[in-house]
Amino acid sequence: MPTSPLPRLHVVTGKGGTGKTTVAGALALALAGRQQRVLLIEVEGRQGLAQLFDSAPLPYAETRLTASRGGEVIGLAVDPEAAMLEYLELFYNIKRGGSVLRKMGAIDFVTTIAPGLRDVLLTGKVKEAVTRTGKDGRRAYDSVVLDAPPTGRITAFLQATHEVAGLTKIGPIHRQSTGVIDLLHSERTAVHIVTLLEEMPVQETLDAAAELRAAGYRIGQVVVNRARPELVGAAAPDAAELTAGLAAAGLAGSLAPGLLAEMADYGARQQLQARAAADLAAVGAPLRRLPELPPPVDLGSLFELADALDLDDWQAGGRR
Amino acid sequence: MSPRRPPAAFDVDRLLKDPDIKVIVTCGSGGVGKTTTAAALALRAAEQGRRVVVLTIDPARRLAQSLGLVELDNTPRPVPGIAGGALLAMMLDMKRTFDEVVLANTTADKAEQIFANPFYQSLSASFAGTQEYMAMEKLSQLRSRLIEHGDWDLIVVDTPPSRSALDFLDAPQRLGRFLDGRMIRLLTAPARAGGKAYLKVVGASFSIFSRVLNKILGNDLLANVSAFVASLETMFGGFRERAEQTYELLKAPGTAFVVVASPEPDALREASFFVERLQADAMPLAGVVLNRVRRSEVDLSADRALDAADRLAGLDSPGAELAAAALRVHAETAEAARHDRAMVNRFAAAHPDVPELQVPALPTDVHDLAGLRAIGAALAGG
Repeated sequence: MPTSPLPRLHVVTGKGGTGKTTVAGALALALAGRQQRVLLIEVEGRQGLAQLFDSAPLPYAETRLTASRGGEVIGLAVDPEAAMLEYLELFYNIKRGGSVLRKMGAIDFVTTIAPGLRDVLLTGKVKEAVTRTGKDGRRAYDSVVLDAPPTGRITAFLQATHEVAGLTKIGPIHRQSTGVIDLLHSERTAVHIVTLLEEMPVQETLDAAAELRAAGYRIGQVVVNRARPELVGAAAPDAAELTAGLAAAGLAGSLAPGLLAEMADYGARQQLQARAAADLAAVGAPLRRLPELPPPVDLGSLFELADALDLDDWQAGGRR
Repeated sequence: MSPRRPPAAFDVDRLLKDPDIKVIVTCGSGGVGKTTTAAALALRAAEQGRRVVVLTIDPARRLAQSLGLVELDNTPRPVPGIAGGALLAMMLDMKRTFDEVVLANTTADKAEQIFANPFYQSLSASFAGTQEYMAMEKLSQLRSRLIEHGDWDLIVVDTPPSRSALDFLDAPQRLGRFLDGRMIRLLTAPARAGGKAYLKVVGASFSIFSRVLNKILGNDLLANVSAFVASLETMFGGFRERAEQTYELLKAPGTAFVVVASPEPDALREASFFVERLQADAMPLAGVVLNRVRRSEVDLSADRALDAADRLAGLDSPGAELAAAALRVHAETAEAARHDRAMVNRFAAAHPDVPELQVPALPTDVHDLAGLRAIGAALAGG
């Protein structure tokens, strides 16, 4: 089977509530399972990674979340304020001014109040991590997984650098932004969209995929989260038959009406799921189905999801 | 499994029928059914005789879908098929709203200048925070039409799908502070008297910073920002003031907040933040809607159901296969119900004084008026 290299930067988006942080975590674990050193980045200030990996809140520093199956996952919660200071330090050698600027609200001004710049700093930091090399000249990370903003904002987030590049024609930020734009549009980057098999998330997935493509980004995988198993057949269940079956299991026939009602509901959802899955085909990207796991999501269940992502098949081009 | 004491009940119909209530704001994190809840509340109020306008901010056009409209725009459009009162629906177009604000406050010449400013173009179209700000602007426009012309008597506002529900409250003031421009004036004209005095205090870092910022952003950006802010200031004396006024509007009598959450940890955490913030700022919280709560009416534990299904699996007796399938469905349903009940109970325990109600999960999606009506009935406890 022909194989293609995996992207190096995985941008994971999805409608709010679809579980994109969980999927980003599972993807990082799956990559670590291939002996990779993986950086998992969050940018929304939620400490979602710390919760997912049951660790203390992450500082703005690369912190090991787990080592497993020959690789490791490093977590990083990017704080725009800190990214700004780092940026100033890196490009302008301003070190001690940080606290004064913070007190004045200057950092607040730049990062929070001009939010386009906030996204520029965040994507800039991501680019830095992807392209960073160690003293031995080797890449610091084999892969970077970004728990990105939700579908409603993802295109604006990725495009932020474009916007600023349009506003500033010269200078270091212009040069830097060119690098970011190149990386995000390159074959090394894929945007994965997480969805549920429900009408609205599917619609947002289709909208986001169209928007992202129009802006020149590559859609990697569409990940269907919390897919429920198909348990109900097409034929309408018969009450008498069910009562007989229950008796064989030593259960009261009085349960039958309630069970039939639950089957009807479940069947209706199952149909919706099937229709939603059919609609998703229009994205034209490979679909991955992840099962709904009993809560709470812990490291064990994350490994299960990592396996269900089936990276081997990604490289085979999803034609399996 | 039940909470220690029943939480206060959230009486939706009393809220909707109260003629003193003029504005209902639905908030919560993304993906909890906020937009659907806003539309269902608006529809129910309309069919109880009120003249309602519902404003959605959602770029995904979900409200249009549920209302059976092809598209919504920046102008309230009547929704057909309403018995009783009237329902108008619209979707926020933040750029057009910003343009309207500019046009309403300045001469045509000056407005043209502002529209041509590159900073204004990116601010009005793509900067985060603008959406929240313009939602507030639009709300205050709708409110003046309510007061001055009586075009409607109730406004239902859906809030932007923010990272955090709190953004709706905070972003406008953040943007207002920004546009108020003290920092901008400092940055663009550090030698001015005010700036000089300030600079003495903060020392050299700032001048380096401002030089750097000019370099990073390019001189034209700061100049554009500065020109933009200056022209706005002559219009209506500062954005901060305006943002604060709109914020105060949310505290005014006649406004009620409805917080929406689904029984998921993230959504409930956001709802908690929001509830606490409303209480801290003395903003009127009408109640919390716990949406899409999954339930099971069958008195059989998931474990027992799975055991029985396993026992039936190999059996070749009539109905064994069907009963096994039914029991597996029940195990899934009961497990989901247990999860949701635990989540809901935990929230109720943490906020015993907050009125709340639960809306059961529906097996199908809402995409028409009948579906919205059913949600409205469920919200009212029916």
